[in-house]
Amino acid sequence: MAVKLMGAWPSPFAVRARIALNLKSVDYEYQEEDFRNKSELLLKSNPVYKKIPVLLHDDKPICESMIIVSYIDEVWTDGPSLLPSDPYDRAIARFWAYYVDDKWFPALVEMAKAKTDEAKKEATEKVLEGLKLFEEAFEKCSKGKQFFNGENIGYLDVAIGCYLGLIKMADLMTGLNLLNDKTPLLAAWAERFCASKAVKDVMPDPERLLEFVKVMLAAQAAQ
Amino acid sequence: MEGVKLLDFWVSPFGLRVRIALAEKGVEFEYKEENLAEKSELLVSANPVYKKIPVLIHDGKPVCESLIIVQYIDEAWSDKGPALLPKDPYQRAQARFWADFVDKKMYECGTRVWKSKGEAKEEAKKEFIDNMKLLEATLGDKPFFGGDVFGYMDISLIPFACWFYSYETEGSFSIEEACPKILEWVKRCKERESVSKFLPDPHKVHEFVLFLKKRFGIE
Repeated sequence: MAVKLMGAWPSPFAVRARIALNLKSVDYEYQEEDFRNKSELLLKSNPVYKKIPVLLHDDKPICESMIIVSYIDEVWTDGPSLLPSDPYDRAIARFWAYYVDDKWFPALVEMAKAKTDEAKKEATEKVLEGLKLFEEAFEKCSKGKQFFNGENIGYLDVAIGCYLGLIKMADLMTGLNLLNDKTPLLAAWAERFCASKAVKDVMPDPERLLEFVKVMLAAQAAQ
Repeated sequence: MEGVKLLDFWVSPFGLRVRIALAEKGVEFEYKEENLAEKSELLVSANPVYKKIPVLIHDGKPVCESLIIVQYIDEAWSDKGPALLPKDPYQRAQARFWADFVDKKMYECGTRVWKSKGEAKEEAKKEFIDNMKLLEATLGDKPFFGGDVFGYMDISLIPFACWFYSYETEGSFSIEEACPKILEWVKRCKERESVSKFLPDPHKVHEFVLFLKKRFGIE
């Protein structure tokens, strides 16, 4: 097939690419990769990082999840754009997409891996602070509409939303309720996002993620 | 507060990207040198999340993160000067990928080259050269990373050229020996006014590195 995506079901980064392809109604072949046994095709297509997701379009590889999302937006121009049209709004969307990967997700990982109560508390606070920032960003970016991108799911929705499965998993792990009444707009957005057609079949199940992450953390600790 | 203002620090490769991009587009701007040891209220309010330079303030609205700023400049002044990103989506994805690679690998690894000692230093050097060789292979025989035209990917990397002398001196190795094509590319980039106007003297950069080493108590 002309469009192929190499991904892994637990990966929020792969989820981004899948949502974007779904939003644009692109027909694609999906190849599940096992990070412990990477395919020749993956290693050949992403020699620099050897990671998923990788999008192959007419055999040409595109790597890095948000670069893939931008590419999808720029190639399949039927239907709504994933980014706003105003350059400043685009810069804001890109900024928060950068922040979620650069600062917020590492804090979530810290929270999961923290060995002491103090470390856990610190990491949890960072996660919650980040969620508050997203709440404010949602208010500004959505301009009263349903999604960060306005009426339609877009670049920033995908950038942040891909982590919702992991957020729910973190709730299961910790007994917390990370998206709560302190971030009402974000909580409501999260439900809309996960229920949407483009997202619901590719967002990993939190219980399944919990099992997977437990196994992974145990394997890492054993090394 | 109309106009274009750049909050920056003279030696920052990230800030340099923005200065070069603005110059390529022929955009007039006010340059404000920040004292990173004592950040201005303006910087902290313009970039509350990271409190870092560069920040571009356009008609009072701040844009942060150097590569995001460069894309913003390309889009906000799309009717001025050359396009910084290629038109073709696949070429754009390639430009973004390699600029992101520079972001992930260049600064952090280069810093380790001058900051660390002994085995850590040797490891950093090896990694640095491997990264440079990969970039050189990507450049190939093209005049610029994007092909015939100077653009986004070149802008993301060229600021580091003024740091090469520091990395080489502190690391005791030659980038020219390892990657001659990169040095040729640097010469080609320096022929552009936007680059030659802003790139600081490599010896001044090294003086700054020596100052930092003293400050951090590194031999």
